[in-house]
Amino acid sequence: MLGLAELANKGLLVKYVVASLFRVTWGYLSALVLAIPVGLFLGWHRRAGMAFNPLIQILRPISALAWIPLSILWFGVGDLSAIFLIFVASFLPLVLSSMNAVNSVGPVHVNAGRNFGLSQAQVVYRVIYPAVIPQLILASRIALGISWLVVVAAEMIAVNSGLGFLIIDARNAGNRYDLVVGAILMIGMIGLFLDTAVRKLERFESVRWAYGSD
Amino acid sequence: MLETTTALAATSLETKLRIDGVSMVFSRDERTVRVLDNVSMEARQGEFVCILGPSGCGKSTLLNIVGGFVRPTSGDVQIDGEPVRGPDPRRIFVFQERGLFPWLTVEGNVGFGLFNLSSDEKRERIAHYVKLVGLEGFEHAYPRELSGGMKQRVEVARALAVNPDMLLLDEPFGALDSITRLDMRRELLRIWQAERKTILFVTHDIEESVQLADRVVVMSARPAEIRRTLEIYMPHPRDISSRRYLELRDCILEEIGLAKIV
Repeated sequence: MLGLAELANKGLLVKYVVASLFRVTWGYLSALVLAIPVGLFLGWHRRAGMAFNPLIQILRPISALAWIPLSILWFGVGDLSAIFLIFVASFLPLVLSSMNAVNSVGPVHVNAGRNFGLSQAQVVYRVIYPAVIPQLILASRIALGISWLVVVAAEMIAVNSGLGFLIIDARNAGNRYDLVVGAILMIGMIGLFLDTAVRKLERFESVRWAYGSD
Repeated sequence: MLETTTALAATSLETKLRIDGVSMVFSRDERTVRVLDNVSMEARQGEFVCILGPSGCGKSTLLNIVGGFVRPTSGDVQIDGEPVRGPDPRRIFVFQERGLFPWLTVEGNVGFGLFNLSSDEKRERIAHYVKLVGLEGFEHAYPRELSGGMKQRVEVARALAVNPDMLLLDEPFGALDSITRLDMRRELLRIWQAERKTILFVTHDIEESVQLADRVVVMSARPAEIRRTLEIYMPHPRDISSRRYLELRDCILEEIGLAKIV
């Protein structure tokens, strides 16, 4: 704790936290923005989904950390490298959850939509979209968790700032285990805060139906 | 006899629905299952027809074909002389209560099909049908906050709100408890008498069919074919201990091969 106070005094703690959050924000948001439309598309067009499924299944079991050397090769040591790793880690799980979300929309609801004279596009907007939102929120929550896990690992290798770097640096620069433990606690608290923030979305009236009884 | 003619007068003689030689064969894993076998029937404008048959006999498939969700393997279906090509808001399919959109309130569900109306008209329609099914005060409730019977009412209101001329009901009260079910039958009759829609009602409940329908179409087990059509035409409310009621019920039991067994 004293170690953290010392860092905070130097302004380094805030700088590292901001650096980690900055990478997570960009890596995670770019994954969200790209993965959800791709997943929804592949879920809605089953043939396309089946075509891409083998590729997805091969890429899925690869830990994002395995990409570290390539990412450094492509993007150098810096923010972009870490952002790329976070993107890689959260992209596929998001695509898969979005695909599953579309596939699990009840045919009863799709048929009801068609019955009331909705066009294909209207069915997507008025039936599929509201039906998948709860699962997408859940998937985003999990992906954010993954991003926060990955940023720490990425920072240990691919950059020179952030909470992950702090841990490695504290050990290398004279076995400052107080700083290591301090950083671990910081990571835990910020992770909890991020999760709580996304969980707030689950309280909206129009999605609560999907989360069981209150 | 006099009663019969009064009841008949309520439905016009105009043919609303004509099902002509419809067969349906599903193939799955290289095996073919014949579900419907040369089914032909008609329903008149404003008539309440029950399709009665054992579970899994294909009566729901028939209803899905009439609704335009499934194409028959052979035969054709005409409504008002036009062949059915797909789902159409003029004939609304009412699922069991699970058909409601859980992300919308009662109001949102009832107004779901009214996207072409101005907001004033829409509000008026919603209010009218919410009242018709007796759910005033629940406009802003979500389906998860409602009982099974109330959800079923919302489905009926949602269907009626778009002013269809036909309702297709697929075992709508099957999941309700027996008291609610009786209550819902009475409600449905009241609504039918007020709105005069043609109703095609699929059920496996003999009592239900005799209580509700003008005509009961009795189907066999798979592949389903029509065994018999019974004209009921008793005025509502029906006395379920009257001789005619019991005769009709026994007649159906016998047709299905269950007479005096239980």
